[in-house]
Amino acid sequence: MKKGLLLMSVFMLSASPVLLGNDGVEIDSGATAWMLTSTALVLLMVPGLAMFYGGLVRTKNVLGTMMHSFTAMGIMSVLWVICGYAMCFGPNVLGGWFGWNSEYVLLSGIDTTIMSGGVPEYVFTMFQGKFAIITPALIAGAFAERIQFKGYCIFIALWGLLVYNPLCHWVWAEDGFLFNLGSNGAIDFAGGTVVHISAGVSGLVAALYLGARRGYPSDDMSPSNLVMTMIGAGLLWVGWFGFNAGSSITSGLSTAQALTVTQIAAAAGALSWIVIEGIHQGKATALGFVSGILAGLVAITPAAGVVQPGGALVLGIAASLVCYYAIILKNRMGYDDSLDAFGIHGVGGIVGAILLTFFIRKSWMEEAAAAAGGSWSVMQQLWVQVVAVLIAIGYAAIMTLILLWILDKVMTLRPTPQNEMKGLDNVYHGERGYGMLNPN
Amino acid sequence: MKLITAIIRESQLDQVREALMHADISRITVSRVSGHGQQVREEIYRGRIIIPNLTPKIKMEIAVNDDYVDTTVNTIIEAAKTNGGTVGDGKIFITKLEECIRIRTEERGGSAV
Repeated sequence: MKKGLLLMSVFMLSASPVLLGNDGVEIDSGATAWMLTSTALVLLMVPGLAMFYGGLVRTKNVLGTMMHSFTAMGIMSVLWVICGYAMCFGPNVLGGWFGWNSEYVLLSGIDTTIMSGGVPEYVFTMFQGKFAIITPALIAGAFAERIQFKGYCIFIALWGLLVYNPLCHWVWAEDGFLFNLGSNGAIDFAGGTVVHISAGVSGLVAALYLGARRGYPSDDMSPSNLVMTMIGAGLLWVGWFGFNAGSSITSGLSTAQALTVTQIAAAAGALSWIVIEGIHQGKATALGFVSGILAGLVAITPAAGVVQPGGALVLGIAASLVCYYAIILKNRMGYDDSLDAFGIHGVGGIVGAILLTFFIRKSWMEEAAAAAGGSWSVMQQLWVQVVAVLIAIGYAAIMTLILLWILDKVMTLRPTPQNEMKGLDNVYHGERGYGMLNPN
Repeated sequence: MKLITAIIRESQLDQVREALMHADISRITVSRVSGHGQQVREEIYRGRIIIPNLTPKIKMEIAVNDDYVDTTVNTIIEAAKTNGGTVGDGKIFITKLEECIRIRTEERGGSAV
């Protein structure tokens, strides 16, 4: 993910051999091939998420919910090309609030750029753009079944511009202030703070702001199609290899390390979830297993670059344990985070970003010590991680609240009670997701 | 005893169900059905207006004792009407119910309803 490692070559001046930029940076076809694959894999997570969420809502809201993910692919991709990439990966402007580089507008300046890792910048920007798609799509789980389609579209567009882009710049751009926090930076390999904490916390704020679904918690709101949820979770797991291993922006040792710990944490998370559930409720549910997969994957996301297999195992188990009880706590407190966007992504992201500190591989700590000019302890890094997490939580929560407040004044965000009863599919899309299935 | 069968719009299901619950009528059977009525339903499919052959509807079946017939029927009518009454709001059929048996206890008649 670290663009700082990959300085760009200058603009190509003359017709040169196909594989060379004009300063002689050669395309590394191995790295490029893996990054192209990763880009596609991360995109695959979005329909995966659509299926995961779509299966969890009631039959009358399935298309509306899936459209939340799919429209993100449209809106965020277009915004990314117009200004998202410039805001995330341009040099600091406005005191480092976000970045800006007018050459990145409409990606006009990178037509022939090859980055120093041997990967064309087009591939890097498309890979990064996928993260900007999935992050707002994740939020939709928190207010599923009770938001107007138009309001949602405008919300995620503004959220992407004002929350995602600045956070992405702070954490991943080479002059972002969290990138440079402490001696070797706040660790967020593939998006624990940028993607999961920001989406989870924003989801929680939105769920609280919009209020519970009509009839919650007395009415039965059980999932319409857990089979689809399982397929979606499977796609998410597969796609996550692009998400984590692709975040090395190369195809080498660090890629292999990230890929390995991703698999371990997901499996450990899934397994421990059904064990906890089995002990606590007597049955191991399918939804529990897939929730555990997600909890493990979310927790390993920030950590994939620095922890080793043993640490990944602990992170996966810890994430499931904490997320499981976070969801129970949610039910006690009675707020309606419909599909547990905060319970899994917010909480799991926080667990991963903090707990990873205790499992950092030695070589990284030595690097940090060298950069600090002598020593760098676990506690010092822990402090850096806590600060980064708190900043992500605070910024995402406050900006989301402001956005929701303004949007609610300009247009109503919630459907009328009548429309909520009719369901999003009928009211906003004029279609139906299922044929003659149960009438819930 | 009467069997009340109501055919209503899909979109009114929650409204009717909640109204019935509110009126203390909680023993209902709901199924998805489709059929022909007076209503001509237009749908847009790929930008073209189409008129589907069968319109999806919800069928509710409620067995009640005679005293409850009016409450039930009025509740359904009130909750199933859209915009003060539009073609397609549905129909209610009331039929005589000969017998009713609760499987668990084998009670018969009014107390089993």
